[in-house]
Amino acid sequence: MNLSQRRLLINRLFSIVSAGTAIVGLIFLGWIIVTLVMKGTEALSFRVFTTDLVNGGLRNLIWGQFVLSMLAAAIAVPLGMLAGIWLQEYGNHTRYAHFIRDLSDVMMSAPSIVIGTFVYAILVVPVQHTNGWAGIVALAILMLPIVVRTTDDMLGLIPRELREAGVALGIPKYRIILDIIIRAAKVGIMTGLLLAFARIVGETAPLLYTSGTSEFWPEGLTQTYPSLTVSIYNLATMPDAEMVKLAWTGALLLAVFVLTLNIVGRYVVRDRRKK
Amino acid sequence: MQEAQANLCPMMEAVDFSFTYPGASKPSLKGINLPVLENRITALIGPSGCGKSTLLRSMNRIHDLYPGCRYEGAINLRCENGEVKNILEWKKENDLIRLRQKVGMIFQKPTPFPMSIYDNIAYGLKLQGIRNRSELDERVEQALRDGALWNEVKDRLKDDARGLSGGQQQRLCIARSVALRPDVLLFDEPTSALDPISTVAIEEMIMELRNRYTICIVTHNMQQAARISDYTAFMYMGELVEYGETDTIFTNPREKQTEDYITGRFG
Repeated sequence: MNLSQRRLLINRLFSIVSAGTAIVGLIFLGWIIVTLVMKGTEALSFRVFTTDLVNGGLRNLIWGQFVLSMLAAAIAVPLGMLAGIWLQEYGNHTRYAHFIRDLSDVMMSAPSIVIGTFVYAILVVPVQHTNGWAGIVALAILMLPIVVRTTDDMLGLIPRELREAGVALGIPKYRIILDIIIRAAKVGIMTGLLLAFARIVGETAPLLYTSGTSEFWPEGLTQTYPSLTVSIYNLATMPDAEMVKLAWTGALLLAVFVLTLNIVGRYVVRDRRKK
Repeated sequence: MQEAQANLCPMMEAVDFSFTYPGASKPSLKGINLPVLENRITALIGPSGCGKSTLLRSMNRIHDLYPGCRYEGAINLRCENGEVKNILEWKKENDLIRLRQKVGMIFQKPTPFPMSIYDNIAYGLKLQGIRNRSELDERVEQALRDGALWNEVKDRLKDDARGLSGGQQQRLCIARSVALRPDVLLFDEPTSALDPISTVAIEEMIMELRNRYTICIVTHNMQQAARISDYTAFMYMGELVEYGETDTIFTNPREKQTEDYITGRFG
């Protein structure tokens, strides 16, 4: 066997192996989705969206999860974007910026249950009961480093010539950042924010003993707050078969929502690149 | 050459100017003396790394974006009512903003802002305080005409500027600088990323602008310097070797180094 034949053979072997492992991964994904759809649709009905958990529906949980995630994003997005802008546009290359960047990366890899425990200690223990604000803070802490990183990275992709061109026209620095740099990085930042949101929407651990969950329509953020993910966990471990079915339905709805966010996020980027 | 210079006053002038990049042990520019004459085109030529871009970028202090640069000597700029000021003494951000509105710059790579063609030009004008709609329209049209771009884009002013071709983008960038009516225009290899046809268009444009602006251009292309400039400065290893009328530099240079460079024996 000569050299080129050998290379062709190795090439073919390698293609088969890598395609095979890709298929294995996809099989599991397909399996999860199929199971989720089959089991989730059993209890799926219009009632699920119109009644609260106490009456066998998921309405309060879906709303609760949405409120918690949105308010968490409302805290984390402005804070994180400002931090990201500072890292890239003002503090860049200073030792302090390196330090903050490293710290943010460490925070990103912190297990979410640890964040939940931390918030439990500072916001739940003092008031003696789980509450919506604690859940929001836990999710916001989880989201913050992702937003910082996304903003930092996306601004870093903007060529420095664009900044120099702005400076050369005598434009003040803050206007260059607001009107030119952020606008140029808009699509990337939006995608990152969407994916970060998708990440926190599906989180259970930070909410487990911060917001807790409830069977009723929420009575305010100072009280125990309904959460879809925590309820899925609770329902799935109940002996009642109907409750387990409801948990599957909740899981399906959550998966569909997160998947949609992800697809939209990616689609936005691809659509813009084509132009 | 001496008498020609006597009639013209320098718009900008580097006097014993030295420049050191942050963290560098030796200066990148050493004792540069160079006049940039009013309503004339001055070309800076020299091999890569000779410091010509560094010098150009000192003239509107764009180096100040990156902290730690050291300037020595003086770069004088003639301001309104004939007063001559050393721009290296300006420290406040507002002074630098004013300097860059007087001394505009065009880069090697076209840098359209992520907005419409119209807004690319109107943006700087709005920041200068022009709010009147019809005045803005007028200034934008004038700038695009100066940039020889009006006929190509007049029907799609609202389109994203990043959809233009490279040559059009570069002309848009020139128009954008011209719209602010600066005194001096600095060109940093404006055509080295463009095809020959766009290059010709931009060279013609620069020669048109010469009547109203003082121009300083860095170029790798010696033919370009010979074609468009009135005065040429040859730089080598951070020093200014020779400065004079372009015809003299290209036909009868004083220095051996200059001759070697323009005849292609080194660099």
